[in-house]
Amino acid sequence: MTTIAATGTDLHAHDHHDADHKPGFFARWFMSTNHKDIGTLYLIFAIFAGIVGGAISGLMRLELAAPGIQYLQGWASMMAGKEASLDEAYHMWNVLITAHGLIMVFFMVMPAIIGGFGNWFVPLMIGAPDMAFPRMNNVSFWLTVVAFIMLLGSSFVPGGTGLGAGTGWTVYAPLSTSGSVGPAVDMAIFSLHLAGAASILGAINFITTIFNMRAPGMTLHKMPLFVWSVLVTAFLLLLALPVLAAAITMLLVDRNFGGAFFDAAAGGDPVLYQHLFWFFGHPEVYIMILPGFGIISQIVATFSRKPVFGYLGMAYAMVAIGVVGFVVWAHHMFTTGMSVDMKMYFTAATMVIAVPTGIKIFSWIATMWGGSVSFKTPMVWAMGFIFMFTVGGVTGVVLANGGLDDNLHDTYYVVAHFHYVLSLGAVFSLFAGFYYWFGKMSGRHLNEFLGHLHFWVFFIGVNVLFFPMHFLGNSGMPRRYPDYPEAFAYWNGVASMGYAIMAVGILIFFVNVIWSLLAGRRAEDNYWGEGATTLEWTLTSPPPYHQFETLPVIK
Amino acid sequence: MAISNAKTGLLAGALAISMVGVGFAAVPLYRLFCQVTGFGGTTMRVDAAQAATVSVTNKSIVVRFDANHRGDLPWEFKPERPTDTVSIGAKDMSIFLAKNLSSEPVTGTATFNVTPALAGKYFNKIQCFCFTEQTLKPGEQVRMPVLYYVDPKIMTDPETKDIEEITLSYTFYPVEKPNTVDPQANGS
Repeated sequence: MTTIAATGTDLHAHDHHDADHKPGFFARWFMSTNHKDIGTLYLIFAIFAGIVGGAISGLMRLELAAPGIQYLQGWASMMAGKEASLDEAYHMWNVLITAHGLIMVFFMVMPAIIGGFGNWFVPLMIGAPDMAFPRMNNVSFWLTVVAFIMLLGSSFVPGGTGLGAGTGWTVYAPLSTSGSVGPAVDMAIFSLHLAGAASILGAINFITTIFNMRAPGMTLHKMPLFVWSVLVTAFLLLLALPVLAAAITMLLVDRNFGGAFFDAAAGGDPVLYQHLFWFFGHPEVYIMILPGFGIISQIVATFSRKPVFGYLGMAYAMVAIGVVGFVVWAHHMFTTGMSVDMKMYFTAATMVIAVPTGIKIFSWIATMWGGSVSFKTPMVWAMGFIFMFTVGGVTGVVLANGGLDDNLHDTYYVVAHFHYVLSLGAVFSLFAGFYYWFGKMSGRHLNEFLGHLHFWVFFIGVNVLFFPMHFLGNSGMPRRYPDYPEAFAYWNGVASMGYAIMAVGILIFFVNVIWSLLAGRRAEDNYWGEGATTLEWTLTSPPPYHQFETLPVIK
Repeated sequence: MAISNAKTGLLAGALAISMVGVGFAAVPLYRLFCQVTGFGGTTMRVDAAQAATVSVTNKSIVVRFDANHRGDLPWEFKPERPTDTVSIGAKDMSIFLAKNLSSEPVTGTATFNVTPALAGKYFNKIQCFCFTEQTLKPGEQVRMPVLYYVDPKIMTDPETKDIEEITLSYTFYPVEKPNTVDPQANGS
């Protein structure tokens, strides 16, 4: 600690400064400015939100396990406290799909992958003592919590036909304007505003940290790929989320102040809302997956004991995905009456994204090729990610075709596609990162056997759950309905069984986490050995409360 | 380093705020885009001089008229004839009838488009009641003309050459919210 005075960054009264000196419980966890504590808070929050969002999907799979309406009316009655009509039950279904989508996107994946792992490991990997704006970091986290409470609260107030916001995560007008009277949709929109503001503040923080606070010698082209992925993601957030904020503000104006931005009967155009939403919505899907790409790159390199193949290509492939991701949005809107020329453009532009994505898949495999691969838990999750994400990518190329999409739009084929890239892609990368870094974050090893068991049960579960949805979609089953004809019964039943298998996998995960926190083996500084070369492995596990007071020098 | 952080942070913040601006600017830009390209069935506006240069062809097309009004506009609004069969390139006048059913003067204006949407860029209006606001005195009935022609280029564009029928749709909406509308319609 003798260099502190020399660097002049930390002025303190006591002579013997302890780098591990922590504030009291309330000050530490509720007024936190420490990037590692905020990262932990984000991870705990995301796990909680994931349980809520996952439980909601369990309700949906229960209802969809057999044709007919079995439970929905009962649940709607329970929520309303009185006998619910069939229409109110259908509204309840809309509320469930809306909540599942919004929670998983804004309160599970994003807080976990950006807020959680980003906060924890971006400063560690670039050799910075903390984030650039620690207090703003705290504001971001608590705004996210308030946003989540707003969204959950909206389920208890009227939203048109019944309680809650039943607009879908896309909040399309006119369903979200004249179609949903009552405060529920206003609350959901306000929740999106807050979550968006939190993410924008977080993005500003990451950009500043990565540009200004890299350790001496850590040039942009030496940054670990996870840091690159968070940098690109932060820019996507900065450019995409404000447009969503503008669009949903216009929704509020239309709803409450007599506006007509999206009201065709007063000179507006509901399709404009779709354009604005998807100008945000498409980059948003890359926001959710790019940090996952970064995590997978770290893990594959670590467990192949090789530097990642084609480092610069990997970094700029992410930049390319980010850039092209902004000019493909209307492929979500092929059925809104576009001309053939526009469809051709958006089809071609969308397929272009397969090129940088293919570079990434190729480079991961090339990293493993000839490497000394050890199949530790994080590595099997990473390989699971590569496989699942490729399956989702292939169906994405199918859906990119404007002609085919006319047939597949809003069917279960689309549901299968985006669950393969998100629920299996992003979530697999989250689990991979969790198994990779848990020891570093907590100081305890997770159990390898339970980790592998979790992987296999979860892997089988999600495939049984989501793969049949391709068949359902190809046969024309539309998404967002609580009921279906007899013909779709078989694969829906299979999918619901898949959910049950997946749920067992999640249970194994929680057993593993709780067991490891209580009785796990103590983790060494660099428990993955020589393959783990980034700066976080030079620190203790868990790292000291304040790290890098002497900045590391990268040669 | 602290100054540099603040600067980078503010720049990033300015970028985010300017994107909010871009989001709102999308509204007029989108309108402009529709007017220029006929996107979403937006019809074109031409002056009489331009219209005079168009040659009449011997192929005809059916134009169907659709008239609606928003619930809070106390008008009756309908086309005089439901359809017209016109030669492509020929100017045609069609009449819409509007009547104020309330006991107060009401101002409305109409939003419009055509279906199929791809026909928008070939549907040219020389004169239309929808270009301006219309004020109807209590009980007043007016005949409102639309002077238009279908551009012969519609027959050569591969995306539109198969179109045999175009629906022109209007929706009237109040410009100012009418004060308490008297439910008793003024006769005559």
